[in-house]
Amino acid sequence: MGKANMVPAASVSSDTPVFDAVVVGAGPAGSATALALARAGRSVVLVERGPFPGSKNVYGGVVYGRVLDDVVPEWWNEVPVERWVVRRSTMMMTGTQSVSVDYRSAAWGEAPYNGMTTVRSRFDNWLATKAVEAGAQLVTSTVATGLLRNAQGRIIGVRTDRDQGELRAKVVVACDGVNSFLAKEAGLMAPAQASHHTLGVKEVLDLPGHVIDERFGLRGDEGIDIEMLGCTRGIPGGGFLYTNSDTVSLGVVLSLTHLAEAKVRPEELIADLKNHPSIAPYLRGATLREYAAHLIPEGGYDTMPTMITDGMLVAGDAAAMTLAAGLWLEGVNFAIGSGLAAGRAVDRAIAAGDCSAKGLASYRSDLEGQFVLADHKRLRKAPHLVLSERIQQRYPGLICDLVDGMFTVTNPVPKQGGLRVTRSAAAKHGVKLRQLAADTVRALRVFG
Amino acid sequence: MSAAGGVLGSGHEVPGGIWRGISFEDRMSTVEFRVGERAHITVDSDVCRSCTTKACVTACPANLFAPTSEGGILFNYEECFECGTCYMVCNHEGAITWTYPDGGQGVVFHQG
Ligand SMILES: Cc1cc2nc3c(=O)[nH]c(=O)nc-3n(C[C@H](O)[C@H](O)[C@H](O)COP(=O)(O)OP(=O)(O)OC[C@H]3O[C@@H](n4cnc5c(N)ncnc54)[C@H](O)[C@@H]3O)c2cc1C
Ligand code: SF4
Ligand code: SF4
Repeated sequence: MGKANMVPAASVSSDTPVFDAVVVGAGPAGSATALALARAGRSVVLVERGPFPGSKNVYGGVVYGRVLDDVVPEWWNEVPVERWVVRRSTMMMTGTQSVSVDYRSAAWGEAPYNGMTTVRSRFDNWLATKAVEAGAQLVTSTVATGLLRNAQGRIIGVRTDRDQGELRAKVVVACDGVNSFLAKEAGLMAPAQASHHTLGVKEVLDLPGHVIDERFGLRGDEGIDIEMLGCTRGIPGGGFLYTNSDTVSLGVVLSLTHLAEAKVRPEELIADLKNHPSIAPYLRGATLREYAAHLIPEGGYDTMPTMITDGMLVAGDAAAMTLAAGLWLEGVNFAIGSGLAAGRAVDRAIAAGDCSAKGLASYRSDLEGQFVLADHKRLRKAPHLVLSERIQQRYPGLICDLVDGMFTVTNPVPKQGGLRVTRSAAAKHGVKLRQLAADTVRALRVFG
Repeated sequence: MSAAGGVLGSGHEVPGGIWRGISFEDRMSTVEFRVGERAHITVDSDVCRSCTTKACVTACPANLFAPTSEGGILFNYEECFECGTCYMVCNHEGAITWTYPDGGQGVVFHQG
């Protein structure tokens, strides 16, 4: 990929000219930022600590691609897609039961599509290549180790782990992901709190494409996305299964605090899933291709850092922008959306000759005017609700028993009425009908 | 063809047991690590001795924290996902020093 534009980091010394922007992290947020700036004719260097973009990154995953309309027209003709998601199932489960809501849409299988499964080593590389083609300089295998400040304390660039590896710029854009040490060093973000994070562990399993097609009722490049609740031994979180071309991604997302308290090893919970009677038949014979783990910023709107300071912006997961509200797990689209907005804001600030927080302020209003902050604001209470005890530990079992009560034929004992079944299932799971009604109203308020 | 049929040998299909049967070593051998000379994470076992939770031991997805018989921790940085779980679940100031590996080193995901 775009080797001509890769500068060996050793040649970047403190006497190199000042860049318009240095972007840290070639994930979706960083590459989108660099792309927007390069297209605007700004000089931009994109620093990535991994040997290639995507090498450090792990997600579920499905990318919701409409945000790419701003990147490449008809992006679907060239994006490195595994499968287009045409089926989405939400599965509520206990150790031995499951109830699924299964949605399938023909429209999702046609351009512009809804979601695609793709693998980060390919997707992130593709997006970074777009930035390089537009004129950004990508420097891989280089860690930004800290912020450079002038005598007045204003941020003027970053230090890297290369010899004489200082990179000076009018603006630094921190797209360094969930642990964002740059946002913390800049004082924009409080020290990390376990309670605002979940751990995702994932196995990618080899399974021939035609076997995937048959087992999941798919053909060609169609894919399925299954989200699961109730499969994590009471640890707040959930499970996921996504089909790729000839692999299946299976994993769980776990509240960090509760995982630590439960003293359960994360891979044990993946093993639970693989042995579950509703999942095991799908995966028979599949073998492990790669095991992976990564954190997710789960806190949503109320835990986002200050995103703007003099000479610096924060975008993507570094600004806690993953929308992780149980049934939603979207971060790549938010990262790209915020990166493009960051690029636009830096371009405007440079044009106006003011890269102070004031000059960069249009970043925030831009985000508020589009899905990035609008979705987050609307769903700000969702992480709390979805990770709550009743949703996590009681409702999946209650729903399973409700369906069991309706469909298990108990001859010669006569069938019970719906209300009776509901009442006894609710009682068994320690939920009062009053609470059920109240939670329904609450859910409608949060998600409605 | 029945999906469950002959294509994938039935030899793997031990009900209930198969998945738990993967040894942790085999699991980690599916991941590429470009191990650097510098230990990017260090653990001060003296601090760990007074730790009652030992949260890192079960939470670290790479299983790199081994409790010792003296109540401390033996840590090896080599096969680390660089995820950040350990420093977030640890509530003992100074137990863990956490940095990224030097550029180009550490974990390389191909299927992330
Ligand atoms: C288990 C799991 C499942 C998920 N599922 C989905 C899903 O299905 N769909 C979805 O849309 N989102 C999903 N997400 C969320 C999604 O992965 C993130 O929101 C997204 O990757 C954020 O992009 P980013 O560019 O902000 O950060 P990242 O993708 O984390 O990129 C940050 C980059 O910065 C680099 N970097 C960090 N520090 C430095 C430094 N100091 N110097 C140089 N480089 C540095 C890193 O190497 C990395 O390349 C999931 C996440 C997880 C963990
Ligand atoms: S690293 Fe932290 S959590 Fe682990 S044993 Fe030491 S003090 Fe306890
Ligand atoms: S960063 Fe993650 S993988 Fe590495 S030691 Fe800490 S918890 Fe384990």
